[in-house]
This record gives sequence, C-alpha cells and structure tokens, in this order.
Amino acid sequence: MAKNLTGTLQIVTANRLRDGQVVFLTRSGEWTSDIARAAVARDEAAAQRLLAIGTVAAAESRIVEPYLTAVREDGDSVVPVSLRERIRAQGLTFAAISADATRYL
Amino acid sequence: MYRYDEYDHAFVAERVAQFRDQVRRRLAGELTEDEFKPLRLQNGLYLQLHAYMLRIAIPYGTLSSKQFRMLAHIARRYDRGYGHFTTRQNLQFNWIRLEDAPDALADLAKVEMHAIQTSGNCIRNVTADHWAGVAIDEIEDPRIWCEIIRQWSTVHPEFSFLPRKFKIAVTGSPNDRAAVRVHDIGLRMLRDEQGEPGFEVIVGGGLGRTPMIGKTIRAFLPKQDLLSYLEAIMRVYNRYGRRDNIYKARIKILVHEIGAEEMRRQVEEEWEQIRGGALDLPQDVIDGIARHFAPPPYQVQPVFAPETERLRFEDRDFALWLRSNVVPHRQPGYAIVNLSLKPEGAPPGDSSAAQMDAVADLADAYSFGEIRVTHEQNLVLPHVAVADLPAVWRGLVRIGFATPNLGLVSDIIACPGLDYCALANARAIPVAQRISTRFADLARQHDIGELKIKISGCINACGHHHVGHIGILGVDKNGTEFYQITLGGHAGDDVSLGSIVGPAVPADQVVEAIESLVDTYLKERRDGERFLDTYRRVGTAPFKERLYAPA
Amino acid sequence: MPLLRNGALSDDEWQRVADDAASLPAGAAVIVSFTRFRAERETLLARNAPMGVLLKNIDPVEELGPDGARFALIALEFPKFSDGRAYSQARLLRERYGFTGELRATGQVLPDQLHHMRRCGFDAFELAKGEPLEAWRRALHTFTAVYQPTGDGRIPVSALRRRLFAAAAD
Repeated sequence: MAKNLTGTLQIVTANRLRDGQVVFLTRSGEWTSDIARAAVARDEAAAQRLLAIGTVAAAESRIVEPYLTAVREDGDSVVPVSLRERIRAQGLTFAAISADATRYL
Repeated sequence: MYRYDEYDHAFVAERVAQFRDQVRRRLAGELTEDEFKPLRLQNGLYLQLHAYMLRIAIPYGTLSSKQFRMLAHIARRYDRGYGHFTTRQNLQFNWIRLEDAPDALADLAKVEMHAIQTSGNCIRNVTADHWAGVAIDEIEDPRIWCEIIRQWSTVHPEFSFLPRKFKIAVTGSPNDRAAVRVHDIGLRMLRDEQGEPGFEVIVGGGLGRTPMIGKTIRAFLPKQDLLSYLEAIMRVYNRYGRRDNIYKARIKILVHEIGAEEMRRQVEEEWEQIRGGALDLPQDVIDGIARHFAPPPYQVQPVFAPETERLRFEDRDFALWLRSNVVPHRQPGYAIVNLSLKPEGAPPGDSSAAQMDAVADLADAYSFGEIRVTHEQNLVLPHVAVADLPAVWRGLVRIGFATPNLGLVSDIIACPGLDYCALANARAIPVAQRISTRFADLARQHDIGELKIKISGCINACGHHHVGHIGILGVDKNGTEFYQITLGGHAGDDVSLGSIVGPAVPADQVVEAIESLVDTYLKERRDGERFLDTYRRVGTAPFKERLYAPA
Repeated sequence: MPLLRNGALSDDEWQRVADDAASLPAGAAVIVSFTRFRAERETLLARNAPMGVLLKNIDPVEELGPDGARFALIALEFPKFSDGRAYSQARLLRERYGFTGELRATGQVLPDQLHHMRRCGFDAFELAKGEPLEAWRRALHTFTAVYQPTGDGRIPVSALRRRLFAAAAD
C-alpha cells in the first residue's frame, strides 16, 4: 500500500537501524517513536528540508530508508493519511497473543 | 530426524560468526544499507513495517521438541513472545532487533537450526509433504531427498546470486501434499516399470504475480542422478533467466518464453556433460542420510483402544476432532494428529511461547519428540498411539490447538499482510479472523465440508490465494482496502489456478461475500460433492450471479 | 584498482585495451574484449605476448572455451554483485574447458562473495571498494566445510563422511 498519499502536511518517518523500530523526525532533529512529536512540514520546501535531514541520518547509519508521508492534524497530534502508515504509527490492528497465553482471546 | 555432525555444526557456527561480523560492520557504518541488505536477507532477516523480521528455516517442516523449545525461548528472549508459521513451513518472528539477531542465530545453532537462505535470490528452504515418513500412501520418505538437496544447496557457490528466488518441493507420495506443480522445481516420487523409485521432474510452476503450473521436463529421473540433474536446471536458469525485470525473473517466465520442450533440451544437454560425475549419489551416501529418517522405535500397540472408543461415543467434540484432525498412520496402532493453529478468531499460524512449550511437552510424551509444520500453517504430532489420543486431545484442548476444523472453512491460510509486511497492499489476518468468527459453528463447518480459503495481502501471493478453493487477494484502491475473490484454485494432483469471480469487494463486505459463495455451493451441491467439485461442475456463473445480485 | 592474488595485494601487469585502440602495445600483457577477440582471433592468437580476454555475462563461454589454453588470463564481469552469471561461466571455463590461467573477477567484487568466487575457480580479484585487506583475508577462510564438489579440489562434506564411515568399518 502506498506509503504516501497526497496532502500538504507531511512528516518524515523511517526505521531505526539498530532495532528496526518505527521513528519520526522531530523539530530538533531527533528520532522519536511518538508521532505527536514529529516535525510537520506545511509546504513542499519544508518537506524537502526535513527529508534532507533524514537522508543525512541514513548515511550516518542511524536510521534506514527515510521518506515523507502525508498526515492530517488531530488535536495535539497528527495521523497519517495512508492506512499503511497508520498501522506503522499505531501498531497492529488486532491483538497479538502474549508469551504466556495458551489461548487466543 | 536429521542430526548435525561435526561438519554441519562447524558450518553453521561459522555462518553465525560471519553474520555477527556483518552486523557489526553495519552498525559501525562500515557497510551501507544497500550493501548490507542482501547479506541480512541471506540470513533470513527482513526489515518490515514495525521491526526486523527473522525467518527461521524448518527444513521440510520437521522439528524436535528440543528445537521447538528453543523457538519458544527465542520468542520470549528476543521477540514479543510469539511466532508465525508460514506457508513455506518456516517460522517468522516479527519483532527482532538487528543488534540481537546474531545472538538469536547463535541460540538456534545450539539446536541445529539456522535462517540461512530463507530469503534472497538463492535456493530457499526445501519443502516436503508434512506427513513424510508416516503417510500410508508413501513410496519413500521425501525428507531423505530434501536433506540431500538442502546440503547441496547450502551456500552453493554457483547458485547464490540467481535471477530470483528459487523454491523446490518434494513429495514422496503419488498424492501430492507438497504442491509440487506450483514450485520452481517440483519433484514427485514415482516408480518406473521395474518398480525402482525415482522422480518426475516438474519445472516452472509458481504463484505470485504470474501464476503458472509447472511442466514435466523429465518423466522419470533415477535417484542417483538427482543432484546432477538439479545442477543442470540451475545452471541453465542462472545463465539464461531474465535479469532485466524483477517481475520476469523467475524460472517460470524462462520456461514460458522458450517453451517446456526447449527448456528440456537445454537441461538435458547440460546434464549430459555432468551426469555420472562428482554429483552422482552413491548408494552408501543416500543410505547415510536415510538412516537419520529411520522410523522411531514404535511399540506394538492395540489397533483398537477401548478408552479412545469410549470417548468417541461419549464426547461429541472428541469425535469431531478424530474425524477432521486425525488421519491414519502407516504403523498399525498409531495415528497422525494434526494440530489446528486456526482457533476461532485467531491469527492463522500464530503460536505463543507457552503454546510452543506445551506442544513440545506433548511431543515428548506422545510423539517420540517429533513435530511437523505444514504449509497450511498448522502443526502435526506425527506418531501418536491410538490409545494416547484422548490424552493428546485433552492437552491440545488446553492450549487451543484442538479445533476440529482441519481442511474446513475456518482452516484459513493467511499471509502476515499489511499489519506486518512492507510489501502488502491490504490486511490479511483481520479478514481471516472475521471469516473464522462468522463460521465458528463447527456443525455448520462440517456440513460445508472441505473448503480451503487462502488470503494474500498482495500480488506476491504468500497466502497462496491462486490455489485456494476460495482465494482472496488484497488490493489497494486509492488508499482503501479491497479484496479480489477467485474460485476453483487447488494445490493437489489435480492442480488448478483460481478464476476471478468479478469486481473486488470492499473490506467490510468480504465476510458477506464468503457467505454468499458458501450458500451458492450448498444450494448447488449434489451428494458427496466438495465445494471444489461443485465449482468444477457448475463453473463461476451461479456464484457470480448471487454474489453480485443487487441487494 | 587493488588486485588480490594468493591472499595478498599484487601489482597488475595487465593492460586493458579498448576495442578501438588501433595497435596493441608490443610485448605487453593485454586484455581485450571478447568482441575484439572474435573479430581478430588469428592476429591476436599469433601475438608473441601474454593475452587476456574479458568476457561479458552474455558472451558464450562455449565459443571461447576451446581457445582457453591460448590465454594467460580470462576476466569475468560482475556488473552488480547480485548478478551471478559469471559464477557459471567460471566453472565452465575451469571444469569443462580445463582453463588453467588466471581467472579474474572484475566489477562489483565484495569480500562477502570471495568464498563463492574461489570455489568457482576465480584466483584473482579486482577489489571494488576500499575494504581493509584484513576483511579480505578473513573472507578467504569463512567456511571450513563445503557441501558441493566443484573444480576447486576441496573435498565436500559427503565425501569426508564416506571416509569416516570407511575408516570406522576397517
């Protein structure tokens, strides 16, 4: 499914190299797993500036494959437009079984 | 079961050391992602949506209880406590950290396991009939041949950078349970006129974007020639398979473009040059491998077990389970017990660490410590005494693996789909969960009878939807999940690819669509007909008519 | 470009000659393309200096093979490390046509492929990237056991096991 759907608001996301966790680029240039802290670009120039920061981080082997994805605002946070990216940001859409469970549900 | 000797141990240990060094170089920034990616893939490590995924090879689907417990340990120590059994008889962990991967592989090596060649453009884990060695219709145990192929293909110096991935399946029985006609190479054991066992060699089958049924290029291959013949096929493919377009790089496209007859000619010409050489398999080498697959020390068991019979009459659930999940064994007094990893509403093929440990305990107590993984994402305890069936059943009921639905509408195959997979277009697991919940009534399931639903979240077809009696393929229409439905696929001897029934349906209408298809079948079926039989007799039209009828 | 031979960095005495270069440097060891070899076979083979030829992945080894003994060097190409056609070419040259000269890997040659290349008969490697020599040395000794018989003479595991069985039976 498409990583990005068209939209004016965009954020940069990637996976962290050492553990593969989903991360988002913050305004201060850090990588966070909390999408509410993601830096939001409001135009294409700003988006490209954010992506350039991501590309440097990838070259420095901190994160893997940074890309832009469209979001919409939702209170204090943002929500990705694409289902794929919502799943990345919010996790599985069903409950997985836990280590000690011997029954599902 | 196959046991490693000092050479195998040394090899796997060296492979772990090599990968540990590669991970170190990557984390230190000495390797770029482009350089590292193929190296991690050849060790089964993918980067998926949420984390790294480690795909562990379970050669021909056979595991010991000790190995199974190690999988449980890895689930707890390095993952989130559960794993997913796949249609390649492998196990995937979904939440692995790159920095932990070498340790996980080192733990696996302690129990003679690895993740080598579970990805990448190489010869992948070889699959077999999951009832190998115990099925009553078997000519020879296919695992002997799978193990010989596994060793030959492991870090093969010439065939590690093929045009595309390469999958081989072997069935030791004329009744194909390994889907040999939809593999890059399928080997079907049969006997020649003198009664000698050998192989029918089938090339160029496959699912994915361009599903094709394999072509027989040799009707009978003597056993000692197996590796030289495979090497000839691989060499032709490595040299002439397309490398200009990833979607046309599988051997099926080469076979399709040059034709089966020309493929046969090229393979035979190459084979003439190498047959009878260093790859010839002497009988003592075959015997050496075959000894590993000798039957366990069966005891004389009563064929009629009073306690089992009593429970069959007294407990309807047990009787139902015997009917659908237990099949005859070649050894009198024993049975093959199939564990359903498809309890109502559960993600197909998932098992928690606690369930793995419990299965290992049951295997030790009742199945000579042996467990099988099926390509339909279930497990098997292959050698259970008929008298032990009540105890095994109770043990399985406790862990939710006794649902009597084998081969029925809720025994659904589903790939991980968009919840996990970076390639997926739509979710697969939640669709399976909803169908399984809708059809939870076991009496109804048994009335519907054999019906295989297979769900893939994208065109790569990991969920084998092309060979589902009902196939469901997830597609992405402008960011919304839709599902395309096919009918009439089948993976057995009478293999067929499903036909698209009509326009894709939105996610919230999939379950109703399946209901409609089942209703049409129930209305159309004649005595004794399975869903597939009815479909083959009446065709798509009545199903389509009802499915797309205005509400 | 650094050249690895016999586990050590080595000087490269070979010159590559472009297809349109009019004359070949007299007495020098030169590598020509297969296309040029095809066009000027008689002249090139009559030359009184070491001859080398570079095969592309699509060039047929079957055509060159019978002339293999006339060459001191054959170079095979890895346009990308993931393009494995040259492994088959190498084995055919060594095992079917008995080529005994230098078999050189060119293109994208990485340490992690060295094991495969050597097993297929390569014995010289043009190194694509500035990896430390130590990484290449380590790569030479990745696996002590091998499972396939190839022309490199290493004894595969199946044959080693037969020896063990035979010894145990004595």
